[in-house]
This record gives sequence, C-alpha cells and structure tokens, in this order.
Amino acid sequence: MTLRTPLCMASAAAIIAASAAHAETITIATVNNGDMIRMQGYTDDFTAKTGHEVEWVTLEENVLRQRVTTDITTKGGSFDIMTIGMYETPIWGANEWLVPLDDLSAEYDVDDILPAMAGGLSHDGTLYAAPFYGESSMVMYRTDLMEKAGLEMPDAPTWDFIREAAAAMTDRDNEINGICLRGKAGWGEGGAFITAMSNSFGARWFDMDWNAQFDTEAWANTLNFFKGMMDESGPSGYATNGFNENLNLFNQGKCGMWIDATVAASFVTGDGSTVADSVGFALAPDNGLGKRSNWLWAWALAIPAGTQKEAAAKQFIEWATSKEYIELVAANEGWANVPPGARTSLYENPEYQKVPFAQMTLDSILSADPNNSTVEPSPYVGIQFAAIPEFAGIATEVSQEFSAAYAGQQTVEEALEKAQAITNEAMEAAGYR
Amino acid sequence: MARAVTSQRKLINTGLAWAIGLLIFFPILWTILTSFKTEAQAIASPPIFLGFDWTLENYGVVMERSNYARFLWNSILIAGGSTILGLIVAVPAAWSMAFVPSRRTKDILLWMLSTKMLPAVGVLYPIYLLFIQLGLLDSRAGLIIVMMLINLPIIVWMLYTYFREIPVEILEAARMDGATLKEEVLYILTPMAIPGIASTMLLNFILAWNEAFWTLNLTAVNAAPLTAFIASYSSPEGLFFAKLSAASTMAIAPILILGWFSQKQLVRGLTFGAVK
Amino acid sequence: MATKASRSAARLMMAPAVVLLLGWMLVPLIMTLWFSFRTYLPLRGGDQGWTGFDNYVRFVTSSAFWPAVQTTLVIVLGVLIITVCLGILLAILLDQPMWGQGVVRILVIAPFFVMPTVSALVWKNMFMDPVNGLFAHLWRFFGAEPVSWLSDAATPSIIMIVSWQWLPFATLILLTAIQSLDSEQLEAAEMDGAPHLKRFWYIILPHLSRAITIVILIQTIFLLAIFAEIFVTTGGAFGTRTLSYLIFQRVLESQNVGLGSAGGVYAIILANIVAIFLMRIVGKNLDN
Repeated sequence: MTLRTPLCMASAAAIIAASAAHAETITIATVNNGDMIRMQGYTDDFTAKTGHEVEWVTLEENVLRQRVTTDITTKGGSFDIMTIGMYETPIWGANEWLVPLDDLSAEYDVDDILPAMAGGLSHDGTLYAAPFYGESSMVMYRTDLMEKAGLEMPDAPTWDFIREAAAAMTDRDNEINGICLRGKAGWGEGGAFITAMSNSFGARWFDMDWNAQFDTEAWANTLNFFKGMMDESGPSGYATNGFNENLNLFNQGKCGMWIDATVAASFVTGDGSTVADSVGFALAPDNGLGKRSNWLWAWALAIPAGTQKEAAAKQFIEWATSKEYIELVAANEGWANVPPGARTSLYENPEYQKVPFAQMTLDSILSADPNNSTVEPSPYVGIQFAAIPEFAGIATEVSQEFSAAYAGQQTVEEALEKAQAITNEAMEAAGYR
Repeated sequence: MARAVTSQRKLINTGLAWAIGLLIFFPILWTILTSFKTEAQAIASPPIFLGFDWTLENYGVVMERSNYARFLWNSILIAGGSTILGLIVAVPAAWSMAFVPSRRTKDILLWMLSTKMLPAVGVLYPIYLLFIQLGLLDSRAGLIIVMMLINLPIIVWMLYTYFREIPVEILEAARMDGATLKEEVLYILTPMAIPGIASTMLLNFILAWNEAFWTLNLTAVNAAPLTAFIASYSSPEGLFFAKLSAASTMAIAPILILGWFSQKQLVRGLTFGAVK
Repeated sequence: MATKASRSAARLMMAPAVVLLLGWMLVPLIMTLWFSFRTYLPLRGGDQGWTGFDNYVRFVTSSAFWPAVQTTLVIVLGVLIITVCLGILLAILLDQPMWGQGVVRILVIAPFFVMPTVSALVWKNMFMDPVNGLFAHLWRFFGAEPVSWLSDAATPSIIMIVSWQWLPFATLILLTAIQSLDSEQLEAAEMDGAPHLKRFWYIILPHLSRAITIVILIQTIFLLAIFAEIFVTTGGAFGTRTLSYLIFQRVLESQNVGLGSAGGVYAIILANIVAIFLMRIVGKNLDN
C-alpha cells in the first residue's frame, strides 16, 4: 500500500524529485507512548525534508520488547530503526548488534545530549542509541491536599516525611489515598520502583561477587516500609497497579502523592487531569544515606546492524531527536508537550523554563547516576535495573514474589527468601557464580 | 396439551434466554458503548451507561493514526487464505478417515491433535530463524501457511466428526448403484456435508482471525493483521479505554457481522435436512 | 466394506494432511529437541554448545515448575467444567422455541469473536479493576468492600475470563448436536410422561456425548496454551503462572532458549499425558 496523504507542498515535491534516486522507505518499530505517537504525526515533515518514507510498527511496550529482541538476536532485519531503552542499549551495543552513532552531523550537536542520557545509551564510550526522551522519577503531589493536611512538602523529602504525609492525606471516606505507588509485577513496573527505592535504603541487587543480596536487612527494611506505608495509605489492590493505573487514579483525584516517572508530569497537568491546577513536584525521597530513590530511563532510537538503509535511518534519527524537532512540536502544541529529558539546550530555553515541572525534571535527572547507584559498591550499571542480559527475567520473577507479598499472600520474609533463591539460581545458570 | 401452557413456556424461555444472552454479551456491549465516550467519561465514577455525549472522536483518532484498511485486508487474507487452504487439505483426509477407517485412524487423529500441543513460544526462535532462511518474514504467504498448519488438526477433527454423522448406508446404496468414488464425493457427500463444512470454515476463520502470537511475532508492516493493530492501542501511557474500545470494536466488527450472517448456517451444522 | 481400491485412494487423500502436519510437527520438534540440549543464550552470543541434560534438570528442579503444572491443570479443568456444564444448559435453552432466537444466539456466540488480548484488557480494566471497574461499583452499591480480583482471586478470575471466551464454542457445538436429536424420540418420551430430568439423563446427555468429547478435546488443546489472558492480566503473578507462561518467561524474558526448549519438551509430555488420560475417559465416545 502506498496510499499516502498528498500533503507535501510543491517545494517538498521538488526536493523529493531531486533526491528520488536515494528515496527509501524505512521501517521503524516503536512503543505506543504519547510522545512517539505525536512523532508519527510529524512524519510528513521528515519526508518533506529528506524524501524518505516511513512505515511505523507501533506496539505496546511488552510486545515491542519481545518483538525487537527476537529480531535483533536472530538478525531478522525486519526493522531499520528500533525504539529501545537504557537497559537494552549497552547490552546490544556490546554485542555489536547496533550501528554506532559516532558520525552524526555537526548541526545535530551530539554534545547537547544530557550527559546522563548519553552515558546510559553508550557502551565503551560509543553512543549506540539517540534519546528521544528521557526521564527520572520524582514526587508529584496535590498541593491542596497537602495544605489541608497542614504540611509542607520540602524540595527534597525523606521517606519518613512521605509516609507521615501519606497517612495525613488519606481520607478513605472520600476515596482519597495518601500515596499511590507501583506494586505491579514486572521488571519495568513494580520491579523498577522497588529497586530504585531500595537504593535509598542502602540495598543492592548483587555484591561484588554477583551474590544476591535479598537476605540483607536493607532489603527487608525496604519491603517492610513499602508494604507498611501502602497498607496504611495506599489504594486497594495496589499490588496490581502500574504506571497507568496510578496515572488514572491520580488524574481522578484519588491520590495525594504519586512517585513515578517525570514524564507523567505533563499528563497530570494536562487536559486529561481533573487536578491539573493543584499539582506540585519534589525530588524522589531519600533516607539520609546519600542516595535518592529516583531512576533514570530513556526511550531511544537505534539502528540494527546489517540494515540496508543505514543512511536513511541515520537521517531519521537526526531529525527525530534534533533541536528542530523539539521546536516543531513546541510551535504546534506548546512547550509542555515537547519530548523532555534528552537535550541540555531544552532546559536552557527560557520558554521551557516556564513549564512548571521543567526544573524538577532536570534536577531529578541530574541527581541520578547509573554508574554509582547503590550505597555499598555493586558490580552492575543501572539504577532501577542491572544492565546484564539476565536481569529482565530475574527481576520479573522477583517482583512477582514481591507483589504476592503486597497482596498479603505471603510474608515479606517469604518473598525475600524466594527472591534470593530465584536470583542465585538464575545467576548460577548464567555462569556468574 | 393446552396451547396456553406452551406459549407461557415460550415466554419464560424467551425471557430467560434474552437475559442470559445479554449478560454474556454485556462486556462487548460495554466496549462498544465505551468507544463512543470521551476518555474522561470512559472512566467516570459512577459509570455512565447511555447518558454520555456520544462522540466519534475515538474512531477519528484511530483512523488517522493507523492504516486500518491495510490491517483489515491482511486479516481477511490471512484468515480466509488459511481457511481455504486448510479445507483443501483437510476435506480429503477427513473423508477417508470417516469412511475408510483403519485400525490406525484414531491414532492418526490423536497424533494430529498432539501437534498442536507444542507451546508456541517454545518454538519461536526456531520458527523465526526458519522464516528468515526462507525469506517468509513479514509475508502474507508465510502467515497463511502457519495459520493453516496450526488449525489443520482442528479442521480435520471437526470435519471428521461431521462426516461420521452421515449414514454409511447412503454411501453403500450409491456404491451399489455403481457410483464412482468421484461421484460419491461430489454428488452425495458434499451436499450433505455442506453445513458441517460451513461451520468448520467459520470456526477456523475465527481462530485464525484471533490468533495473536504468530501474527504478532512474524510480521512487521506488510503482513500485519488486526492483532498487531490492537497491540498499538493496548496499554499506552495515559487514558486509553475509549480509544482501545474503538480499536477493539473495529477489530471485532467484521467478524461479528460475518458471524451474524452465518449463524443460521452454523447452527444447522449437524441437522442433515437432506437425509431425512 | 471398503474395497482395496478405496483403501489406497483413502491413503492418498489423507497424505497431504499427514505429510504437512508431520513436517509442521517434526521441524519445530526436532529444533526444540536440539536446542534443549544446548546452551543457547541469544543475548550472550547465541549457541554455546552441548550441555547434556542440564536444561532438563534445571527446568524441572526450579521452584516454579510444579506450581506451574498445578496452575495449568487447575485452569484447564476449571474452564472445562464451567464451559461444558453451562454449555449444555445454554444449548438446551437455546434449542427451545422462543422469540428472537437468532439474535439471542448471536449474543451468546459473540465472545468467541473477540481476540483474547482484547477480552483480557476489557475484563481487567473495565470490570475487575478494584477502583474503577464495574464490579467495584456494583460491590460498593451494595455496601461491600470492592475485591481486588486480579490479586486476591487471580486464578478464579482468569478461569472466569477464559470461560467467558470459550463458553460460546461449547454452546455452539453442543447446540448443533442437540438439533440433530430426533425430536420424535423426545416427544415420545414426553408423551410417556418421563420427567425432565430423566429425559435429560437418558436421552439428551447420551446423544451429546460425542459433542462433549469434541468440546473437551479441542478446548483442552487451546487451554493448555492460554497465554494472552495471563500476559495481560497478572503477568504470571499471584500463582497464575502456567507451564506455557513459564516457558515464555524462560525464552523471552530470561532469554534462555535452551532452558525454554527443555520446558517445551516437558509441556509436550504433559499435554500428551493429559490427552491419553482424556482418551481413556471420553475416547470411547468416538468409536460408536
């Protein structure tokens, strides 16, 4: 099917004619997040500029992951660009499955990419994926409820304060839960949250010899604190709540606080929210141990090695992650809707600084360090994950045990015991121990 | 028996059947209703049944974002192609099993079913590698073949049971009259078996239409059917019930309409009017 | 009886189906067997050579294995019981004279047309959600505390969702079978004054036995492999990890194809045990 909306203007048509010999159709696999869907809407701008056509394969996150992983490991060649995250990029880069992005044009200004993001998307100092948007996590809270509870949110709260505030804001009769957090099983859902949270409690996944650490007091403290607070002040059924469930609860005014991805800030202050006018932001909490509980993540565009259309794919990546693209979105939909967290220049832009969550997002991103995420030393890179191929599988199973504990089907101690066994078993199978 | 009693019974039957039918249908009805709501109304508390502002906005968004026609066309081609191909292979096999059974027939039937028991995900990598080698990745032909093979045991089974219902006496009578094998199949069996074949066709079409593992994992653009279309609307960030409902309605509407038109044929199934 | 000529013709007619299925079975099966004896880690450089029975031992000694087998059987049995029982009752009801029979039939059959992913999403979000779901609203309306279906009653919830999807299939097959029942026979029994229950037990049920067999066999095949319903609703948490889901976790989440392949071999063995078991119980119905 080549039925395309003939939107192109005469000048664009001329460019296409000029470059017709090199015009290609590239296939891009991407996740169905809001910013990516917006990007699809602007494809015509890319086609007008370069003459290349784009075919989109938009999939839900879990399906996308399994789809692109199968394709890259078998060298299937189904896609010319894949949307992947900070977890996959260094692993795939190390396997030489991705085209290094080391020859991007001067106008692209690769040095403008936030160092934290570029670092997480590189292997051995070579960039393998360009961030489309990046995120950390932070506290989003209801200023009106906070006021009603007679409390004031500091810019950098502690977990004890969060727990106290959550209890004070909870109003079961009016269906207001003091705090909403992810309890859903899955390494990218509840697993990511509890791992990031455990960092602030002094816990880590592995010691320097790759031994699982779930038998430590730090992990017990993390889980007991989480479950205790959520039982006191969380929504019913929080063990199945992930990002989306909590977003809907918050937007319906049913949460006092929500600690989650910084990109959610534009949703809770946007059209879909009933509480848009009374949302405040703060850094993710800590416990006075020197590590905060915020994570670092980026959705990035990468080119699988072996594609025939490398040049066109690079052009697309330069277009989609450029300053010009951000300006294009800002001009059409306002600064609050541009893809955040990828470029330094965005945060230096006075227009963007007016966006209420801009500064807190930047501060959160800057305070996250994937290379140094735990209180005690750890052998892995990553904050809410450990960048080893086995992690996704292990962490999903571990988080399932945690979720069962949140739902009251087993005790925290049982969950931790099982987590310890699962992790050590898998690490042995993978040959680490 | 008094007429009043039967009509009273009919009334009770009708009431009961409609109540149960509506109860079973309700989730679908709710999905269709939700597709006409705004995202905010879709999660309103308490839920709104009919008194919302009906809008086509969700359908507009879905049509703009996805090439629905292409997904639909792929679904039709893959489900239809695999069904037809499957029947061509299965009818003779089922026929011979039903009418010329041997000691091993039952074993072969069981073995055919057992081929369906290998968990699909367990062979994802082998099949994927095979598809790359054969250049079938993201091709309709590849998917038609896979869908046909997946559902073949079911088709053979269904046809086998339908054929078994056809009285052998009729066939023997025909043979006595000197009918050849070809005539037997063409003029006697086929007309009697049409309802059975029709319901098998529909069943297979539905199964192929709804299959979501291979159709998702072996396609990208050119051969992606409606299951892939749905995968781009399930669980994005933010509110999505209304848009998902619209996409779902669009994905099930064609087959619901097909089912509507063929349900008479389907239910006739084993009632061999011609036999009696 | 069949002549020699028709026998060989029959073989010829069976050949394409048998050969195709043989190919479809053997190629993946042999590949699965091959991988199951190898260390195959796609993210760690792929195929790393022979490993003997390590994968088999590791898969079966994993703490997740037996619970997964149990969950699989519970879900399959639960759905079978619900769909067959309700299916028989529904089929009998739909066979009665009534107004708007065609419409009711399509209402009852409709869930079968819905893709598993969609039905799981609809049930999870619009019905079983403990805050916004319709059940929660219903519970609150009657003054009860809403239930967190997918964590507190995860397996029953999944059984319910899957039953909803497969009830139409059972009803449809059973309805077609009931319609072939000789109505004169039934009327005669009615004239004789045989009570409803007796009529059901001695005439209807025996007549349905073959259809029930088909329903059980075909559904078992599909139920052993259910995936989307679990993937979407619980992701295998809260004791809903079935064997096929466990294999999915090994192959795609842990990226250990060798281990997953060994699991695949176990799943085939389990499925065949179930099939043989089934044939013992219901297989007789196929002969008559």
